[in-house]
Amino acid sequence: MSADLPILSIVVWLPIIGGLLVLGSGDKAPNVSRWLALMVAVATFLLSIPLWSGFDSGTAAMQFVEKAAWIPAYNINYHLGVDGISMPLILLTTFVTILVVIAGWEVIQYKPASYMASFLIMEGVMVGVFAALDSMLFYVFWEAMLLPMFLIIGVWGGPNRVYATIKFFLYTFLGSVFMLVALIYLYFKSGSMGILDYHVLKLGINEQLLIFAAFFVAFAVKVPMFPVHTWLPDAHVEAPTGGSVILAAIMLKIGGYGFLRFSMPITPDASHQLDLFVITISLIAVVYIGYVALVQSDMKKLIAYSSISHMGFVTLGFFIVFMIASNEHAESGAILGIEGGMVQMVSHGFISAAMFLCVGVLYDRLHSREISDYGGVVNVMPWFAAFMVFFAMSNAGLPGTSGFVGEFMVIIASFRANFWFAFLAAITLIIGAAYTLWMVKRVVFGDVVKESVADLDDINRREALVLGSLAVMVLLLGVWPAPLIEVMDASIKNLVEHIAVTKL
Amino acid sequence: MEFDNSQLITMLPEIVVMTGALLVMLIDLMMRDSDRMWPYALTLGTLLAAFAATVFVSGGDSEVILGGNYVRDAMGDSLKGALLLIAIPLFIYGREGLLKMDEWRSEYLTLGMFSILGMMIMISANGFISLYLGLELLTLCLYALVAYVRDSSKGAEAAMKYFVLGALASGLLLYGISMIYGATGKIDFPGILQQLSAGSAADNTVFVFGLVFVVIGIAFKFGAVPFHMWMPDVYQGSSTPVTLLIGSLPKIAAVAIALRVLGGAMENLHQEWYMMLVILAILSMAVGNIVAIAQQNIKRMLAYSTISHVGFIFLGILAGTEAGYRAAMFYAVVYALMAVGAFGILIALDRKGVVVDQLHQLKGLNDRHPWLAITMLLIMFSMAGVPPTVGFWAKLFVLEAVVSIDLWWLAVIAVFFSIIGAFYYIRVVKFMYFDKPLDDEPVIVGGAAQTMLAVNGMAMLLFGLFPVLLFGLIKL
Repeated sequence: MSADLPILSIVVWLPIIGGLLVLGSGDKAPNVSRWLALMVAVATFLLSIPLWSGFDSGTAAMQFVEKAAWIPAYNINYHLGVDGISMPLILLTTFVTILVVIAGWEVIQYKPASYMASFLIMEGVMVGVFAALDSMLFYVFWEAMLLPMFLIIGVWGGPNRVYATIKFFLYTFLGSVFMLVALIYLYFKSGSMGILDYHVLKLGINEQLLIFAAFFVAFAVKVPMFPVHTWLPDAHVEAPTGGSVILAAIMLKIGGYGFLRFSMPITPDASHQLDLFVITISLIAVVYIGYVALVQSDMKKLIAYSSISHMGFVTLGFFIVFMIASNEHAESGAILGIEGGMVQMVSHGFISAAMFLCVGVLYDRLHSREISDYGGVVNVMPWFAAFMVFFAMSNAGLPGTSGFVGEFMVIIASFRANFWFAFLAAITLIIGAAYTLWMVKRVVFGDVVKESVADLDDINRREALVLGSLAVMVLLLGVWPAPLIEVMDASIKNLVEHIAVTKL
Repeated sequence: MEFDNSQLITMLPEIVVMTGALLVMLIDLMMRDSDRMWPYALTLGTLLAAFAATVFVSGGDSEVILGGNYVRDAMGDSLKGALLLIAIPLFIYGREGLLKMDEWRSEYLTLGMFSILGMMIMISANGFISLYLGLELLTLCLYALVAYVRDSSKGAEAAMKYFVLGALASGLLLYGISMIYGATGKIDFPGILQQLSAGSAADNTVFVFGLVFVVIGIAFKFGAVPFHMWMPDVYQGSSTPVTLLIGSLPKIAAVAIALRVLGGAMENLHQEWYMMLVILAILSMAVGNIVAIAQQNIKRMLAYSTISHVGFIFLGILAGTEAGYRAAMFYAVVYALMAVGAFGILIALDRKGVVVDQLHQLKGLNDRHPWLAITMLLIMFSMAGVPPTVGFWAKLFVLEAVVSIDLWWLAVIAVFFSIIGAFYYIRVVKFMYFDKPLDDEPVIVGGAAQTMLAVNGMAMLLFGLFPVLLFGLIKL
């Protein structure tokens, strides 16, 4: 299985080095840096394809593994590898980054080279988070994400950007430092920094509860879960379009990924004890945040809240596993829940990216995100309206789009756990449709009332390319999710078997 | 004990620095103001030569010479090496700043060199006598340097405060030393350790009192809370080139004496002193990080930031393990590197007649001078302990040290305060990157200082990505 080329390292470091080159190319020749950035992004994506094509979906073992000593004194290694859980997320990252680069092409006039460079560096770091198998390496990548994002929001953001970006930074920093202490504790327990070594480490229940709490703070902030979600609407509203896309499409997924890679396998008994708690706040996110989204007057805020609500599905899907475990047909139900969560993560990556890009298209023209400033957009921008309605439908979970698949799987799995979980989760199909379609109705349909709207131009080829490729992905995943589920299957089965065994 | 000339080779680094310092003093008498390049070049040359000498004499077993007062060992070599290397950017920035203030005189070099000599003696002290001598040599030079700008009333005030409090601290230390001497009858560290291992001395009330006073004296020199009062005023009152010196290198020497006294001579009494350090560490991290938020003056802010870093260094020392000591040494070296860079940036921003020490003066630095801004950004994130900068590893290693002795709650407190600390560091970044400049006066930096600053900033990243490059050199 060991490929000759260190593909993972290339996918991590190519965008980072490319980003530094773009940064070095300076803001004086913006077109040079734009094309350079695009080339780097496309090259990274192409190089990440072998991860999919060369992937052996029959095994749960880590693949494309690279390992080298980093800090021998503390047994810290540069250890990379992917399994069925992380590999799709890496491809999502490399794919979305291309779109972000294209989307920022003409829109960003202030320091375009630095803008592109930030996103490329961000891309490499995020791939690193998904690929790291050493806990310190993971932590370094995890924290290093903060730096570029902090600057992206702070430099290119909206009027209230400083507040938003400092809030973003402190919230996520708060979450992660406690995880650091937990990781150090695990290091002393196991004598290793390897994440996979932590998986097999025996831990007492009190230890597990504390470690779970530390992890939970880190990942819950990142997902974000109710009630630590308040940084997200602020960060989304103030971030430039590209920043929102990366935040929603990838960074939130890192929280979900953390649950799968750390919380559940390392502290299965604590997860089992606290599953009702996590399920409850997931359901609060699904239902309550859905209602909050309904009343937003700012489009970006609305989508931000919808993201929180959708991510509630992800955590719900992950943690009902522990409830299902006590029923019959336990394993298939549990697998369904986690796979549903994973599909939901990937699909939300496409859909939220598309929704934010749609808002970005409107914002670039009118410089307003207020719903009330629009109305009747379909009359002047028919192509755009078609895309927006399509993505809104998929956000609401229309069958045939990727939004449906994940939600459906999670709801089915919830039934195995408890009828009322499924009932509450299914409410989202109504609320989700309500807030998304109502927004679309107010923005896209109706007569043109505002003069400013009457002068809008339809999307150009660049924007059509970005939205079109996302639409293809959403449809593809919606009608034929089998390939995605197939690559994850072995890893998730292994995970479910692993967490079913107590570590006490 | 007889005196053997051949032993002198062991202390070649000290001899080189002292000769250099004396030569600088002599040459300066014969130089016109315009020729001050020569003493400056001699200073840098001396530092390099001393570093080479340190490398030359290093290796092998530890050697004790001068009647048991001086020791050369792996720990001393690595700390001295770091000290001498970090002193090079220090003098480069210092010259830049003094030139801008029209205060460029050789006293800065001479006093600076002698203070470095003092620190080297502290690092190599193998008994309380040499420790005290080194400490006094260091602090006397620093008192004088604080008042370096003769007609600055703030400088005079700060020097006075520093002197009075420093003298008090020295007195406390000396008092403690005398008690320990009284209780054990020994003045050198191995001797004291021997007495303690042998038995009764540890139960002696006089000895325990002595220990407390010595810890207080060390805490004073570190600037740990509640013995930190002098730091903000001294940092603010001194001219930046002097703050640069006070705020960076002495912490390396302070770690050395803490390790020699607590980790060496009183190794057996770990149970007695570690709790004192726990309290000092928690207070330092709390007060340092919280009060720093309220500062508008960058130098005061960095003073409080230093206090919080001292708390972290204590975490490594109090663990009482080899890994912990190594972590504390690493932390101190990293801290010195960061502090030199941070004050170096302030110096780079100074203009003739304009001293940069207010936070708002950093506004829009990214538009005025992107290189300086990114250097400062790296230093600030490193101080906050955000990977991939080297400050993260420094924090990680000391946290690992405390977790290893089962004080995980202390690690939780430490990271909690580091979140608070992150706020004021990223506020600096906010000023530089997100705000518009107040004026568009060009930033004028000398070539050497500019190059050195770029190196300094990149070092944060380089050592952050490859911590072994630095950590591997820190030996115990």
